[in-house]
Amino acid sequence: MSTNMAATPEKQQVNFRAWFMDKLLMGMTWPDYIRSLITPFNIVAAIILSIGLPLIAMRFMLGLYLVTHASNEYPWGLYLGWGLFGGVPLSATGFVMATAYYIFGFKRYHPILRLAVLAGFLGYLFAVIYLLIDLGRPWRIYYPMIIGFGTQSVLFLVAWHVATYLTVQLVEFSPAILEWLKSQRVRRWAVLLTIGMTIAGIILSTLHQSALGAMYLLVPGKLHPLWYSSYIPVFFLTSSIYAALAMIIVVSTLSITFLKNRTDQTFRDNLPKLTLGLGQGAAVGMYVYLVFKLIGIAHDNNWHMLTTGGYANWFLLEIIGFVLAPALLFTYGVKKQNVSAVRFAAFWAVVGIVMNRINVSIITLNWNLPNHLHHIIPPWREAMVVLSIATIHILIFRWILNRMPVLHADPDYTSH
Amino acid sequence: MAKEPKGPMDEIIGQRGKEKGPEKDSGRGINRRVFLGAMATLGGAAVLSRPAKAHASSEFEGYPNSFGLLTDLTACVGCRSCEKACNEENKLPAPAKPFDDSSVFEEERTPTQKAYTIVNRYENPKDKDKPIFRKIQCNHCKEPACLTSCPIHAYSKTPEGAVKYDPDLCFGCRYCMTACPFYIPAFDYWSAFEPRIQKCTMCLSRIKAGKMTACAEACPVGAITFGKREELLKIARERIDSNPTKYVNHIYGEYEVGGTNWLYLSGVPFDQVGLPTNLPKKPLIEETKGFLSAVPVVLTAWPALFGTIYAALRHREDLEKEGKEEEKKGEVKK
Repeated sequence: MSTNMAATPEKQQVNFRAWFMDKLLMGMTWPDYIRSLITPFNIVAAIILSIGLPLIAMRFMLGLYLVTHASNEYPWGLYLGWGLFGGVPLSATGFVMATAYYIFGFKRYHPILRLAVLAGFLGYLFAVIYLLIDLGRPWRIYYPMIIGFGTQSVLFLVAWHVATYLTVQLVEFSPAILEWLKSQRVRRWAVLLTIGMTIAGIILSTLHQSALGAMYLLVPGKLHPLWYSSYIPVFFLTSSIYAALAMIIVVSTLSITFLKNRTDQTFRDNLPKLTLGLGQGAAVGMYVYLVFKLIGIAHDNNWHMLTTGGYANWFLLEIIGFVLAPALLFTYGVKKQNVSAVRFAAFWAVVGIVMNRINVSIITLNWNLPNHLHHIIPPWREAMVVLSIATIHILIFRWILNRMPVLHADPDYTSH
Repeated sequence: MAKEPKGPMDEIIGQRGKEKGPEKDSGRGINRRVFLGAMATLGGAAVLSRPAKAHASSEFEGYPNSFGLLTDLTACVGCRSCEKACNEENKLPAPAKPFDDSSVFEEERTPTQKAYTIVNRYENPKDKDKPIFRKIQCNHCKEPACLTSCPIHAYSKTPEGAVKYDPDLCFGCRYCMTACPFYIPAFDYWSAFEPRIQKCTMCLSRIKAGKMTACAEACPVGAITFGKREELLKIARERIDSNPTKYVNHIYGEYEVGGTNWLYLSGVPFDQVGLPTNLPKKPLIEETKGFLSAVPVVLTAWPALFGTIYAALRHREDLEKEGKEEEKKGEVKK
């Protein structure tokens, strides 16, 4: 950002080349860099994108029907069920970790703080990208901010909060970007904002995580009674907290497995202990969530519904198989100091969260329509677009981890 | 409203290890100030939350002179004249099968962007040879869920009774379609640049011109009655009272989701003619009011609460630091 005023044109050019190689090519020359890109993962990613990106382009030229199973009865498919309703709770990582670190004083978690904030920021960014694919007129995305204020709508709240929170998370992550660009002064400003941003993050997150659940308060006639509850905002909020803790374990596990060379000693030494701590937190969060779920059933007096088979069995599978079971494994792993068990439980819990959100948004919504469930298997184009966006998500995540000081501290900025 | 004066913000630098801490001995005073500010804000939140609740409990009774329609399923013969009239009135594309083709009754249809109203056939449990036909279209709820769900206010409830949709304000999120308990709003998935919601307009321009809706005018057997909603309720009640064996004792739409401007009479229970019977009597907006009224409370109380927790953390750290310094300075006390 800051340019050298005294530099001659040639010197500037040399500087730029050095800067470019250092920052973007990870210190390699172009040929070396390109060679380094030819890996099995990248080849698979390229194949996926070569199919998915044209499909996305066609969606914007020919219409949404091309890439969605959605219909008049089922207006929302995988883009929102997976990308928004599934993606947002898994992206609570930034808010949960920043709150724990800055507000509650869990200072030991410093080595994974930035990773959690980055995961949160990218998660929200991609939730918005899924939304842009799904919106009928995505170029009007700003309408709730400027054109019309539907203040009675829960979605209005979600729109404002996701937009604001995306900005908040960018500010929260910006010290890493600014360290990468070696910008001292701006970085100091960004750091100054941290506490304010963290508290803003708590407000926005508690409200919109619960609001995503509250959106379904409007459909008492459509959502299966075992999933519909006046407590659904509480369910969504509490589950997002353990989802975040589990997701931090997942992301840090993937990082240390696939990007070990980008981690520093502090990260590697601390991660096992921190994983156990996160696992303990996740277990507590899951037990709290389970109690809320029981309160929800008791409040609506739905006990008799649990034995009705079909959807009831599916509900029990979700609750016992994908909440209680991973919670017990977390507890076991923490008790036995078994990091692998905790990591396995984290992946399991994350699957459970996605399962819950898809259950609410796709599988049990409209359960009483005839021929319901015919729409559950998405057509290949929709699956391909989802896969492409998920691939881009991973590629960008990796691009940043490879370059910016996230898994390691920048030696020029001693944090502690 | 967050109460973080510059004090603690300066300290963040210290906390992140950029500065050493000797000049931070004023920390305790600042913490107290933060604490008092936080308490004041909490008090403010308590006061603010009351008007929010008062607002939530206000109830919209509906426009008193609004129009409505009454469909009598016992009169409908399934001729689909209403579908035809609707198609012409709204200049919709010609249907795949002509309006006199009764093979459309083989499947249960819902309104689409090409047909704002449709008639379905249901088996008559009383008399197998006399099937029941049920017309459906937007029911024009008194407090519509589509309007409640829309984040841009693309929907409005007109004093005439119609629920009106404005495509110029729509970004195509389709929450209205999820929210509608009757599966009415239809979306044009085939349009890349101008997709919009389409649904029955209650022939608003005709009503404004003093005419009845096209479907009511077209009905050859008088199964669709147009009039003031209040009058229609009286008519419906009279029909039930004068012929209690013919009708079930229920006017569908009188109370469903807070009442709709389109009402139905039937000879068989309404769940047998494809109308949802598991809906609450209160408008669906009531389901979200409680949640939304909590929002200003969170907005106000959270900064104070978490600001206080943060201040307490700083306070503890200061105490620890002071304790260490005292240890260094003197064993005098001990």
